[in-house]
Amino acid sequence: MAMAASEIERLIKQAIPDAEVTIRDLAGDGDHYAARVVSSSFEGMSRIRQHQAVYAALEGRVGGELHALQLETAVPNSETNQ
Amino acid sequence: MSDAQSRIAELVKTNHIVLFMKGTPLFPQCGFSSRAIAILDRLGAPYQSVDVLADLEIRQGIKEYSDWPTIPQLYVKGEFVGGSDIMMEMFESGELQQLLGADA
Repeated sequence: MAMAASEIERLIKQAIPDAEVTIRDLAGDGDHYAARVVSSSFEGMSRIRQHQAVYAALEGRVGGELHALQLETAVPNSETNQ
Repeated sequence: MSDAQSRIAELVKTNHIVLFMKGTPLFPQCGFSSRAIAILDRLGAPYQSVDVLADLEIRQGIKEYSDWPTIPQLYVKGEFVGGSDIMMEMFESGELQQLLGADA
């Protein structure tokens, strides 16, 4: 089932208001996306927790309606933020 | 604990490195699982894999076990490490080599 990139971005920003969201449609089929989410709210969180926060924002769609979401999270201006 | 949860706990506890994936290392059934296998093979550490497509109870149960909605999932020394994106990040930064190599 396909999901629009704009909808993914809207849901993430709704839950993580300061998030800077970049989304790429990997296959052009509206079903395989890569998302990069940068937010200061990730500060001090493990990678697992950061990804869980994004999954929670997408309200259960990941792994279901949204099959393929390659995810990258980061804290603004951190050393590891490439 | 349900049967599936205790089976998962046992798998994670008895295997130093275990990957829950779709398909087998030789024939992964999903690009993300394939990527996870490629990383583990590259690191050369021996690992156990569990094909969730062959076991629906585990397939559903593993998502609850880790509160993580997707597969693959990597566990090292009983701890959930992450999915294929986190594995890739940790591989690129050298953290995964360290984690797996510690006493692999």
